[in-house]
Amino acid sequence: MKFDTPATTNPIDQLKIVGKPIDRIDGPLKTTGQAPYAYEQNQEVSGVAYGYVVGSTIAKGRIISIDTEAARAASGVISIVTAETAGPLGLGSMNTAKLLGGPEIDHYHQAIAVVVAETFEQARAAAQKVKVRYAKAVGKFDLVAERANAKLTNEGRGERLTGDFRTAYAAAPHQLDEVYRTPDQAHAMMEPHASMAKWEGDKLTLWTANQMIDWGRGDVAKTLGIPKASVRLISPYIGGGFGGKLFVRSDAVLAALGARAAKRPVKIALPRAFIFNNTTHRPATIQRIRIGCTPDGKITAIGHETWSGNLPGGKPENATQQTQFMYAGPNRMTATRLAVLDLPEGNAMRAPGEAPGLMALEIAMDEMAEKLGIDPVEFRIINDVQVDPNAPERPYSQRQLIKCLRDGAAHFGWSKRSAVPGKSRDGRWLVGMGVGAGYRGNPVAKSAARVRLDAAGKVTVETDMTDIGTGSYTIIAQTAAEMMGVPIDKVIVRLGDSDFPVSAGSGGQWGANSSTSGVYAACVKLREAVCKAVGFDASKAQFADGRVAVGKKSLSLGEAVGPKGLVAEDAIEFGDLSKKYLQSTFAAHFVEVGVDAATAEIRVRRMLAVCAAGRIINPKSARSQVIGAMTMGVGGAIMEELAVDTRHGFFVNHDLAGYEVPVHGDIPHQDVIFLDEEDPISSPMKARGIGELGLCGVSAAIANAIYNATGVRVRDYPLTLDKLITHLPSFA
Amino acid sequence: MKSFTYVRAKSPADAASMAASTSGARFIAGGTNLLDLMKLEIETPPHLIDVNGLGLDKIEDTPSGGLRIGALVRNTDLAADDRVRRDYGVLSRALLAGASGQLRNKATTAGNLLQRTRCPYFYDTAQACNKRQPGSGCSAVRGFSRQHAIIGASTACIATHPSDMAVAMRVLDAAVETVLPNGKSRQIKMKDFHRLPGATPHIETSLQSGEFITAVTLPKPLGGTHVYHKVRDRASYAFALVSVAAVIQADGRGRVAFGGVAHKPWRVEAAERELPNGAAAVAARVFADAVPTPENEFKRILAERTLAGVLSETRGRS
Amino acid sequence: MSNPANISTSRRDVLRAGGAVAAVSGMASRAAAQPTEISLPVTSQVHLQVNGKPQTLELDLRTTLLDALREHLHLTGTKKGCDHGQCGACTVLVEGRRINSCLSLAVMHEGEAITTIEGLGTPDNLHPMQAAFIKHDGYQCGYCTPGQICSAVAVLDEIKAGLPSHVTTDLTATPELSAVEMRERMSGNICRCGAYSNIIEAMSEVGGLTA
Repeated sequence: MKFDTPATTNPIDQLKIVGKPIDRIDGPLKTTGQAPYAYEQNQEVSGVAYGYVVGSTIAKGRIISIDTEAARAASGVISIVTAETAGPLGLGSMNTAKLLGGPEIDHYHQAIAVVVAETFEQARAAAQKVKVRYAKAVGKFDLVAERANAKLTNEGRGERLTGDFRTAYAAAPHQLDEVYRTPDQAHAMMEPHASMAKWEGDKLTLWTANQMIDWGRGDVAKTLGIPKASVRLISPYIGGGFGGKLFVRSDAVLAALGARAAKRPVKIALPRAFIFNNTTHRPATIQRIRIGCTPDGKITAIGHETWSGNLPGGKPENATQQTQFMYAGPNRMTATRLAVLDLPEGNAMRAPGEAPGLMALEIAMDEMAEKLGIDPVEFRIINDVQVDPNAPERPYSQRQLIKCLRDGAAHFGWSKRSAVPGKSRDGRWLVGMGVGAGYRGNPVAKSAARVRLDAAGKVTVETDMTDIGTGSYTIIAQTAAEMMGVPIDKVIVRLGDSDFPVSAGSGGQWGANSSTSGVYAACVKLREAVCKAVGFDASKAQFADGRVAVGKKSLSLGEAVGPKGLVAEDAIEFGDLSKKYLQSTFAAHFVEVGVDAATAEIRVRRMLAVCAAGRIINPKSARSQVIGAMTMGVGGAIMEELAVDTRHGFFVNHDLAGYEVPVHGDIPHQDVIFLDEEDPISSPMKARGIGELGLCGVSAAIANAIYNATGVRVRDYPLTLDKLITHLPSFA
Repeated sequence: MKSFTYVRAKSPADAASMAASTSGARFIAGGTNLLDLMKLEIETPPHLIDVNGLGLDKIEDTPSGGLRIGALVRNTDLAADDRVRRDYGVLSRALLAGASGQLRNKATTAGNLLQRTRCPYFYDTAQACNKRQPGSGCSAVRGFSRQHAIIGASTACIATHPSDMAVAMRVLDAAVETVLPNGKSRQIKMKDFHRLPGATPHIETSLQSGEFITAVTLPKPLGGTHVYHKVRDRASYAFALVSVAAVIQADGRGRVAFGGVAHKPWRVEAAERELPNGAAAVAARVFADAVPTPENEFKRILAERTLAGVLSETRGRS
Repeated sequence: MSNPANISTSRRDVLRAGGAVAAVSGMASRAAAQPTEISLPVTSQVHLQVNGKPQTLELDLRTTLLDALREHLHLTGTKKGCDHGQCGACTVLVEGRRINSCLSLAVMHEGEAITTIEGLGTPDNLHPMQAAFIKHDGYQCGYCTPGQICSAVAVLDEIKAGLPSHVTTDLTATPELSAVEMRERMSGNICRCGAYSNIIEAMSEVGGLTA
């Protein structure tokens, strides 16, 4: 099904099941421990051996020799694979560094060997016996030092100019010119990267924790040099991804290589202390923002430049993405520059681009509002746009950022905020409020599904879509139930298997909207097939209560499809509506923090997000996506940072004790309001993305609240207490 | 993790004598730190002596009006003991500020004292660390040192001791009771129990080879207001940047010890007479010889301000 | 508490390692005075009472309680998130108390009663806490969820039993059931999906706390 004109009325609009806060259908399995993740496929595989990965202990250089003798002699060891013995390996199209390194080493903890043994304990012990000699090379590990060597990239159109930024900025009566920094961050999903591999002849089945089944299938094939058709990827449950499992990683490739060498199934989970340097991370940025304004708060010039680093061939963190579109201003300049760094591979983490970009931009907006003496909510409203500011003939499909801000301000009690910082106190706590606007694109991607209706009237949906905690199982079931007119318990959803039609996968907050649209398309086809089978006019047929009817003629679905049932497969393919219209999602984040007047300890006291993201398919799971992202934003604001050792070139705090993410105690009750929207330009579901929006703007709202509480402006994330404490008034 | 053999000790003396006769043997009780380190082969004991089940899990009144805490009393149970809550609040508070509920259910009193540092370079066996591998150097001195010691450190090691409980034990003048491999017992004062790193940061306590902790004793209650304030980046389940254990009397005099700043709980008795004069006066004495790194110099001012907060809290209560 | 095993039993267990006899017998007799590398795994028979069922396992001594459950009993509801006590995904109840099963050797739980998520309830017969997690969407990816639920059940018991916490205002009083108390006590269970707010609501319902 092509989607190239805005949606009109369709069966989803009945909203009998779609739009309802239905409990997740995978809940009973997940809450009882019965949902099997990649490492736990004991029903599928027996006689599995255990792989343990050996990582490089230098960041850059060459392996002179690997001595595996002692490891091979260790008890229980079945085989050891290194780059030398693995045979030729390709580089996945989504990978920057090789997943099995050697002799060249590209980064710290790059995998260089896998030890396969009878038991986990034996594999782990033997892996420690692999002795490696290296020739270290000089690497570049310091973004600040390499900033001057960074080059403009084509990502995000490199330098993008609209109007005449330089002249307009110079002429602006009010100016802001500040530099902001965001650190390297880790996805730190709870399930480690894990895979189980089984070969049958030259066919490989890989159970693996992966967000993008078809990408993964292609890259496993490419890496191993085998036909894509010989690879089957299965990923029914994924213990979080956040972008860290978009790509095939070393666990998958080494499980496959280990299983081939050991001639039996092999499973591997990456040790937690290994994940931070072995896999990908969100790269650090340095961002310079300039804003020029008239005295009444109209932006006349806005400039945003960003610097990040990556391995040769890697991509930049495109932190200027939102600044191209988000606020008004006739004169605009954005530029994305990339330096070469020999740190582990930087890549997408939840809301890449916008998340760190808004961490900076939304502080800058707060600072500019203060310079102007305008309330920061109003300042954003003054600079709202309803069209692409670079191409005014291109409207937003829908943009209710103003309503998000106004509703949020009213709900949160924004009027009680003191415009002068450091004025509000609750006992020991300096109390402040902050606002940050959220902006995240609404990408869509082709997505296919197969839908089967059986004689019992049960609907089975199959698609290689993944559920990484996002709620895919449930919203796909809701979509199929609504379309076929059956209760949700008559729908079976099977996901995450490359034998199923190729979906959009989970990433970039495109998954829910795209994959349910694909299911919609397949259901439209199935409805037509049902009608054809019983001689009904599909344009007049009603599917409701488990029956198909035209006028007074009515049959149960089971009767209609007969004993063999019926199956239909289709994909949604998006036309150029995203070119004709700017499609984005919007949020207003409001936060209240307390800062201990003595110790500068920071605690978030209240949080509210108001989101505009088209139709909300399931308000319960969508709300969870938003509060989860807000929680991640708390981490990004006040604690998360991969500490770089710029001498040795690695992230030092590479475990979950060192890399602190928020715990229960950090998170207050969180409120979320969804604006009642439907967006017929986005998809037949009339939904937009929601999975990443909740992260966009929230960290800056916290930073702004800390400023409001203390009067101390910190532009270097995370805003830990050491950056505040010397600036606080004395405490006695 | 390397293979090991394993036995269950029958008595404290049995444990000590077994440990002395098997080189590299380790006692295991809660295991929450030892197993963590064994998985990474930072600890590679060939032999484990399980000391659970020795009956050292009781908290008894002592004739001098204090408490004798069995070495194997779990952190949860010690923190929840009515006498500790009533008379040694700083200890209860310190315990409850540490780790998580799950860990406190396993972790023991003796094991808590014997925790090893959480320095990330100690934890990464590819990095130089004099504590893990004597003579290999210290990666932290010029590395990522935000968490590290600002006082009492050496060029060989700037690690901190991670325990909260030990800071409270130090302020309470607790003593460690042990049994030696020869069967004799002795007492070690808390102030002498942990060592400064000097040139031998791998030697962390004054325990002798095989010496086995049987109990920790507390002198009779001090009265006063007990406070333990632990400062960290997140609200819970994190090691201290700085902590303050204080017992303050109604007249403003009292005791104070600091955690997160040194290789051991840091208490300067001579500085305590400044307590009535405020935090700045105390901190000036306590941290007179501080040698922070650029990354952790904030700890000095943080320690002073945390103490200021503690003192204002105790004033509010008395 | 565990039965104090006598050493000769341990030695017999050691000998069961077959090829390991020669390598370890010296160690077991405690004759060796210098650290000897033990080249073969030492195994032991371990008896556990898991979710009410007696289980006998022959385990490498290095096997954690977590891996005994997951890899030997195929009770994979208990999750391995970090294997170092830094995340709480492996939380189980041992003799009614919650612990991190990753930081405990299976052999140290001889004869003890273990309750895992599978023992709390099943999809057809949910424990009230499991049902409340579903109702309040107290999970997303589901990986930390069994640990959260085991902890949540234990936390309500701990508050009921009067155990104090870091946020208990008056140490000598009985702690009250409150969101602040539950948050602090649940802080050893990390959820990167960020379901915390919902988890506290699920626990509040089960604990009978009205907001």
